[in-house]
Amino acid sequence: MAEFKSNSKLERILRAGHFAFTGELGPPRGSSVEHVREKAKPLKGNVDLVNITDNQTAMVRMSSWAASIIAKEEGLEPNYQMVCRDRNRLAMQGDILGAYAMGINNILCLSGDHMQFGDHPGAKGVFDVDSTQLIHMVKKMRDEGTFQGGAEIEEPPKMFIGGAANPFAEPFEWRVHRLAKKVAAGVDFIQTQCIFNMEKFRKWVAQANDMGLTEKVYILAGVTPMKSVGMAKYMKNRVPGMDVPDEIIKRLQGAEKGKVAEEGIKIACEQIEEFKEMKGIAGVHLMAIEWEHKVPEIAERAKVLPRPVV
Amino acid sequence: MIVAERKPFDEISDLLAGYDKVLTVGCKTCVAVCLAGGEKEAALLNKELMLARKVAGKPVETCAALVERQCDMEFLAELDDIVDQYDAIVSMACGAGVQFMAERYPTKPVLPGVNTTFIGVNRDVGWYEEKCRSCGNCLLGVTGGICPITMCAKSLMNGPCGGTNQTSCEINKDQPCAWYAIYQRLAGQDRLDNILKMTEIMDWRNNVPRTIVQPGYEQRKAAFSDK
Repeated sequence: MAEFKSNSKLERILRAGHFAFTGELGPPRGSSVEHVREKAKPLKGNVDLVNITDNQTAMVRMSSWAASIIAKEEGLEPNYQMVCRDRNRLAMQGDILGAYAMGINNILCLSGDHMQFGDHPGAKGVFDVDSTQLIHMVKKMRDEGTFQGGAEIEEPPKMFIGGAANPFAEPFEWRVHRLAKKVAAGVDFIQTQCIFNMEKFRKWVAQANDMGLTEKVYILAGVTPMKSVGMAKYMKNRVPGMDVPDEIIKRLQGAEKGKVAEEGIKIACEQIEEFKEMKGIAGVHLMAIEWEHKVPEIAERAKVLPRPVV
Repeated sequence: MIVAERKPFDEISDLLAGYDKVLTVGCKTCVAVCLAGGEKEAALLNKELMLARKVAGKPVETCAALVERQCDMEFLAELDDIVDQYDAIVSMACGAGVQFMAERYPTKPVLPGVNTTFIGVNRDVGWYEEKCRSCGNCLLGVTGGICPITMCAKSLMNGPCGGTNQTSCEINKDQPCAWYAIYQRLAGQDRLDNILKMTEIMDWRNNVPRTIVQPGYEQRKAAFSDK
């Protein structure tokens, strides 16, 4: 077996062939350390890795690297999210060195939601590099030990490199090629957009399998339990790139009064069961949006506990 | 062409507070085509200005002039004889024209009458669309003649991003997704292989003021510098 690329716990879990289970933690819109610690509690021991979002939806929040360090102090394995919207290549590489120096071993390279979505719509979007190029830059830093500009790095940061994939957005036939580009750029693992349209997802994974991509990258399927019919409709109509089939909304509407969230969790667990058996899928990324305290229950019911110790 | 928008009247009026003799200079090229800073617009601004100042009890004397291209010293020189008669000049040209005018008359306040908005096309009368950010490193040859730097809200070079909304951009349903369009056009021309390979990190060349001197003119430039 080849050497490990990083000190990432996720890498060890995936390499050992375990079905990974990862979660998410959104930093606060303030500097409360307690807030992060509270959110971290229900995740501890229930997930292998926690994505720490980076100014998500273009709203200012505690920086991802700082919240990642707090999460690490709480015993979690942070996945430092980095968006291309807010930093140029100098700031990116500097932050990567700093994050690695502080014991962060995973990074998720993203484009980032457009500034227009947030509460600073007049901000200048940086977009010096795009997400695929960011992946390539981090790989070069790690494997070649050089900065993007070519100079040598003293103690290169050994990051386990993640990326995102949206298997649903149009043009659908392009999606697997975009994945292929990220694989060629050097991505180690992929966390997908929230999956609701299972039929389309199966097709996308089949394409990725046929192209041999799933042998080169670990794909974690994105799962978001719906809390309410309103949330499902909002995601269908208002969140760009989201594909929520009518059957999902109908099923939630059909739930007994007071049992809609329960139905949402049930749907999520059924999905997870299917992903465990799906060829080319290495784990699940659970995005329990503002529902971190439900993660232990969902993990329990999805039968992914206990988490492997590696 | 360069597309501009007339500045709001109040802003121009504030810039001109305290000046009683104003020369407003239109530009006959891009800003005239986009109906922001040509002959008509210069005259109209003067009328607005005189009326407002009359009402305020601070009358102003104005004159409208028109220059073929304010980005060309040769044409600006036509104003040399009249400039001294005015306290301030409003240039209705793009930002390049305003600056060249200010350079020609360094002792006069030269004020902008328009906001220079973008390099774009004339879709119809009064309807213009941005098409180019003048990044200095044109990708159009591989992207099916659609610029991802300008037309993608995130200037992605390996897009489309996950926010593509059917065929629209995530920022707005009326804004087509540039990468969707690139994909469709290249697919139609059987050139998809153009975008299957990663486009490398961009060497941005628009971070410093740029100058181009064509080889045949290098000596001329040197002669200027010696002066």
